[in-house]
Amino acid sequence: MSSPVFVGVPRRMLQVSIDGHDVQVMEGMTILDACGRLGIDTPTLCNLETLTPVNVCRVCVVEVEGSRVLVPACSRKVEPGMKIQTDSERVRHSRRLVLELLGSSVDMSLCAPEVHGWMSRYGAQPQRFGPGAATVAQPVKVDNDLYVRDYSRCILCYKCVEACGVDAQNTFAIGVAGRGFEAHISTEFTVGLPESACVYCGNCIGVCPTGALMFKSEHDMRQADTWDENKQHVTETVCPYCGVGCMLELHVQDNSIVKVTSPLDHSVTSGHLCVKGRFGFQFVQRRGSG
Amino acid sequence: MDIRTTGGPPTAAEIAAVDAVLGPPESLWEGGTRVAADDHLARGGRAVRSKRDLLLPVLHGLQDEVGWISRGGLEYACRRLNVPPAEAYGVASFYDRFALDEQPGLSVAVCDDVACKCAGADDLCRELEARFGPAGSAREGAVWHRSPCLGLCDRAPAARVERTGPSGHHAEGRLAPASTDGVIALLGGGVWPVEGEAYSPPALRATSPRGGEEIKLLRRVGHVDPQSIDAYRAAGGFAALRRALELGPEAVIRELTDAKLLGRGGAAFLTGRKWDAVARAPVRPHHLVCNADESEPGTFKDRVLMEGDPFAIIEAMTIAAVATGCERGYLYVRTEYPLARHRIENAVRLAREHGYLGDDVAGSGLRFDIEVRRGAGAYICGEETALFNSIEGKRGEPRNKPPFPVQAGLFGKPTLVNNVETLVNVLDIVSEGGAAFAATGTPDSTGTRLFCLSGHVQRAGVYEVLMGTTLRALIDMAGGLREGRSLRAVLLGGAAGSFVTEAQLDVPLSFEGTRAIGATLGSGAVMVLDDSADLEGILLRIARFFRHESCGQCVPCRVGTKRQEEILNRLLVDRQTSNRDGDVALLADIAQAMRDASICGLGQTAASAIQSAVIQLKVLNV
Repeated sequence: MSSPVFVGVPRRMLQVSIDGHDVQVMEGMTILDACGRLGIDTPTLCNLETLTPVNVCRVCVVEVEGSRVLVPACSRKVEPGMKIQTDSERVRHSRRLVLELLGSSVDMSLCAPEVHGWMSRYGAQPQRFGPGAATVAQPVKVDNDLYVRDYSRCILCYKCVEACGVDAQNTFAIGVAGRGFEAHISTEFTVGLPESACVYCGNCIGVCPTGALMFKSEHDMRQADTWDENKQHVTETVCPYCGVGCMLELHVQDNSIVKVTSPLDHSVTSGHLCVKGRFGFQFVQRRGSG
Repeated sequence: MDIRTTGGPPTAAEIAAVDAVLGPPESLWEGGTRVAADDHLARGGRAVRSKRDLLLPVLHGLQDEVGWISRGGLEYACRRLNVPPAEAYGVASFYDRFALDEQPGLSVAVCDDVACKCAGADDLCRELEARFGPAGSAREGAVWHRSPCLGLCDRAPAARVERTGPSGHHAEGRLAPASTDGVIALLGGGVWPVEGEAYSPPALRATSPRGGEEIKLLRRVGHVDPQSIDAYRAAGGFAALRRALELGPEAVIRELTDAKLLGRGGAAFLTGRKWDAVARAPVRPHHLVCNADESEPGTFKDRVLMEGDPFAIIEAMTIAAVATGCERGYLYVRTEYPLARHRIENAVRLAREHGYLGDDVAGSGLRFDIEVRRGAGAYICGEETALFNSIEGKRGEPRNKPPFPVQAGLFGKPTLVNNVETLVNVLDIVSEGGAAFAATGTPDSTGTRLFCLSGHVQRAGVYEVLMGTTLRALIDMAGGLREGRSLRAVLLGGAAGSFVTEAQLDVPLSFEGTRAIGATLGSGAVMVLDDSADLEGILLRIARFFRHESCGQCVPCRVGTKRQEEILNRLLVDRQTSNRDGDVALLADIAQAMRDASICGLGQTAASAIQSAVIQLKVLNV
């Protein structure tokens, strides 16, 4: 009963300046966290609270006094006395160019509305690179009944690779292959998912910010033009399969489950599920067949 | 980790190639045949995972002996090293050297980079297309490719040939200067070996404006047998190591700090400060890395040092290890330098045999040994953190800094990483003292510097001069331009550097001198272009180089280098489709974003030469 409780090393408060406002933030926080405290909306694409920051999209860059180049807010920790500019000309220029470069090479139409908001905030005009600008357009990969991969929409944020790897699933079915503009997400030798190590947990779909990875049910409905988020409601429940207690959000349209997610901030799942919780919902809606 | 392998069994040749690196598998658990104990004794876990850094050596083994990496071969390597196949595929597909489909056994890489372009590489490639066939298409078991800089700019145009085959049959060679007949003969398998171990670089010139007294780094090159440790010792070798052991770590670092030596790889960081930080780092073990991945177009000084004076590098690494408390050192050399690699490997072996490496370094009781690692065709791996990832068996993607290598580098441990030339400087600093070193050169850029002269000069080669020597004097040392030609520009610092004009030729070649005119010494590449140079073609080549070498990790560089090439093509080749002013502005916009927001130095400098051509040479103001 008397064993000590380890509470961690006490963390100090640091004083930093963001856009001219002095703020006290906790040691160990990132610039992104600190901006969040001040209510500054920072665009991010490759960042997710449940994954290790990879700082590859560079849309969150900020200007730090004394630094030759801009620094990624998502991964750079605050340091005492840091002077940060989040809306300087240089910051706006780089954020705009990142959004333009992505928008000109990737189909970003299914990104969250906030992404389109950033596009207009920074005046991004992806079309200015001209009609001949190379894109990552390619046919949709449909090789199984559960989910599809449309890499025309892939911005290479590495989230799916992280979720498939040590950040969640530890399955390592996909990785980044190739180099430069030809870099892409792939299984070994681009084999289909059924031949790969994939266990269909669907956690890659859960973290994909662009709709490149999608439930097949959603994909089929979009193809048939029947997908309508205005007609969907979300039912929260707990997964019935085992005793772990994963929270499920059932997305229901026309009285059918069309997609299953789990909240990022749920202490059990951190947004991740297994194949049963994610895809094993057909039994709920087998109507009329006894 | 359970590894799912569905690619079918490996061939006997593939098993032999992998086992040649790793030794035979002990059980079914590591991809071998079932033994009785396998039923009740599991192997794997940490012991196997800690061998991940052998992935690149294993892939090299497959490429050397089988000629390509098949699914079966890759999956066998994965079972042996407990690496998921998708990850290993990501690694193999990252590096130019590894082929993932079946290739002819004989391949020739013809350099068409800037220096070789100046020496007629484009004509050479055109003739090859006409006489042999287009680049990349196989004929009678042979194929040729275009290649970025091979580091043979002093003998341009250059070609590199490789023959794959089982142990003993695999061979590499270089042809420089290369002719169409010569390359055709190589493709026919006719002349072999192209160059032997006895080969030594003929085009080397180590001179200075005031005679020979300033030659320090190159003094043994071409004079002392690079394959004999006795010759090296007779020429004063290992005296600096003995001196360093007498002085002790703190005094060595003090001398280095007093010398104000700046790193010669391109970033020009204070070497003494770096050593001090590693020596003081509380986390153990410390690692040492010698960056010999010299891939900057137009740079070949480290090759000359490795081929001509390999023991000096071993000695300097040992001093660095003693001073900073490293027990393990890695020398990462680009795969395009087979002779340098063999010379270094030979030097390491001899140094070990003579007690300069191993468990008791020169009788001091200290432990240090060196492992030679081979790059696999990726310019980005010259970036220090990408180099760490490459040694660790990963894709050569740079890491975000901080943390810096001195805090968390190779295998996450404090790491001292220095360029070859930087390390060789250490020998004289230790022998003669930091103050004596600091008295040479300029106050802020001390010592001498190696410059790689190539392009339209009379005598291309490596030149050692005191820091602060003017660019004009350096070009004069190389014999100046050819008769009747005038200077168009000098590309200083390689593809990541910038163009300097005739009016700027009196710039002193020091870090502060070049900075004052907005240029950089970079890696020491000096590519001289006269009025016959195809400047537009060179710019397109540089744009293609960066598009090809971008690792693809961050958006500004991955898409930016692609767009830069597209727009430059539009401006210089398909002129009708270009809105000139708009496109020039677009190039500048991309350049700024790449410079400001890229993760590493590659992206940050990918527009530097092109922008300097636009601004200094006014190439787009037609």
